[in-house]
This record gives sequence, C-alpha cells and structure tokens, in this order.
Amino acid sequence: MINYIWFGMIALSVVCAAVNGRLPELSSALMEGAGSAVQLSITLLGSMCAWLGFLKIAERGGLTRLLAAGFSPIIDWLFPDYRGDEGLKGKICMNLSANLLGLGNAATPLGLSAMEAMAEKAGDGVPSRGMILFVVINTASLQLLPVNMAAMRASCGSAAPFGVLPEIWATSLGALVTAVAVCKLLEQRSGRLCTWNR
Amino acid sequence: MEQIGAAALPVIVGVILLFGFFKDVDVFDAFVSGAKDGIKTTIGLLPTLIGLIVAVNMVKASGLLEALCALCGPLVQGLGVSPEVLPLALLRPVSGSGSSAYTLSLLEQFGPDSETGKIASVLASSTETTFYAVTVYFGAVGCKKLRYTLPAALAGDCMAVVLSVVTVKFFAQI
Repeated sequence: MINYIWFGMIALSVVCAAVNGRLPELSSALMEGAGSAVQLSITLLGSMCAWLGFLKIAERGGLTRLLAAGFSPIIDWLFPDYRGDEGLKGKICMNLSANLLGLGNAATPLGLSAMEAMAEKAGDGVPSRGMILFVVINTASLQLLPVNMAAMRASCGSAAPFGVLPEIWATSLGALVTAVAVCKLLEQRSGRLCTWNR
Repeated sequence: MEQIGAAALPVIVGVILLFGFFKDVDVFDAFVSGAKDGIKTTIGLLPTLIGLIVAVNMVKASGLLEALCALCGPLVQGLGVSPEVLPLALLRPVSGSGSSAYTLSLLEQFGPDSETGKIASVLASSTETTFYAVTVYFGAVGCKKLRYTLPAALAGDCMAVVLSVVTVKFFAQI
C-alpha cells in the first residue's frame, strides 16, 4: 500500500511540475526534503531518548501498571488480544494519555515503544489487529486542551482563543469514534475472510 | 488555560520521577537505559522519514495540491463552505508543519473568529498527520503490509472535515 502511495505521490509530482514548469523548484524540494528529514530526526532523537528514559522509570516503578489497571476496561475492550499483558497495556496507556494531554512529542516515542512490543508478539512483518487499531487511534487526535491551536488563535488577535473548544471536542471525538468503528468493522470482515479461506 | 497546558509536562515528569524514586528504582540508571533504546529507534526511523518527507515536499512544490483543489473547489463552494478551507483538508493528513502554516495564513486572512477561521481552527486540531503516523509507526517495526489501516484512518479524517463544518455552523446558531 505504502508502495503505491509513495510511487503515486512522486510520479504525479514530477508530471505536475513538468506541466506547470516547476521542475527547478521540484529538484530543490527533493534535496531540502532529505535534509529536513535528517534535521527532524535529530530533534526527534532528543525527545525520543528523554521520553523513553522517563518511560523506563515509570515501568520500573510500576506506574505504567497502575495506569494500565486504571484504564483496563477500555483497553481490554479495544485490545482484547493483550488482556493479560500488563506491561504492554501500560505502554499503550502511556501513549494514549500523552495524546489526550496534547503532548505530541511524548506520544510518538511512547507509541513506538508500544508498537515494538506489539510487533514482537505478532512476529512476521504483517501487522496484527491490535497494531492496526493502535495506529488508527494515533492518526486521530482527541485532546483535552488544544493549547497550540489556542496560542495560534491568540496570536492572530482572537477574542476567544479557546472559543472553539466545544467544536473541537465534538469533531475530534466524532472522528476518533468513526475511525475506531470502521477499523473494528474491517477487522471483523478480514477475520471472517481468513477463516473462510482456510 | 494556557498555563495548565504548559504545566502538564513538568507535572507528569515530576510524578513519574517521585513515584519511581519512592519505589526504590535507581532512577538515573533506568533513564539512561531507556534513553539508549531511543537512539536505536530514531536511527532506524531515519530512512522512512527521508522517504516520506521527500515525497511530501515534492507534492507541495509541484503544484499538485493546487491542481487537486481546483478540481474539488466548485463542489465545496456548493456546500456553502469557503473554498480556501479545502487545501487545509487535503494538506492536514499529509503534512503537519505545512497545515499549521496554512491554518495560520487562513486565520490572518479571515480573522480567527470568522466562520472560515473557526472551521480552520477546528479542522486543524481535530485530526493528526495521518500519513506521517502510519508511515512512522509501521516503518519503525518494519511492517510493509498495512491491511485496512488507511481506510479506517481516512474515514476518521473525512468525518473530521464534515464535523468541523457542521459543528461550527451549528454552534454559531445557539
């Protein structure tokens, strides 16, 4: 899938740039993109190491288990395959809480560490249903306080930077529920297909 | 409210540290061993990031996005939404920094408290950079097959586009 999307993005860009006469811009965009990816990973390296360090403290201290126990009902419903695995559930909880609190640069390292733990269980390079649902939840964005957006609105002279809070809550919750519902639906269908094929 | 947001991070770190310390964890040793894992993960991620960002940059520079918007523009206008919102809806799942910059330009152009400004604010903060999350998360664990990930994630994104318009129009009336 990524194979096709990536090919499509680049092939269409080249065609489109040729038609628009923007080929010089395209080649500089290519080189700049490669450079900014390296810059991004250097920035990421710092927050990744810091957050995985704090995660390890939370794991050794038993805080993640406590968090996992607290969120157990919802986590068990979403990820029934990991019901007995407190450590993995703890990692999932840490990522979901970071997302909820709007700590984007903490959510990615915590999420990747949860993905690695789930991939270990899945084995062969095919994502398990838990991994898919986890990624889908991470492509949605449910936040208690969208602080960055409020700051952006305030900087543009908004009379009410947090004025769109109800709209944001309703929209992000609706988007999240839709994504999870579609995911669960497709999961059941692909599950049936697999048994049927066998 | 801004202060609450800024305080969240130090408070969480403080709670993690205190909890570990009083549970007799060697906190610094734990931190260093966790941070070590971060190096491996980040370096492993670099090729994926380069591939992704190069492609996104090329799409932005080639004018492909504008071409797509010109195609879908009349449709959006028919629904009573300012056509300037459309590029944001297309940009949001692909590029985080690009969509922030575009949101900012919309807020400056229309004013943050106008209907267009509100729709842009709601849309930009109600979804994540879908393609970035999918590529990075699956890239980090070496999964090539995505199965039904994208349909589910994009269903959420489409719902966010619809709901951002509907909720802003609805809440403006009460």
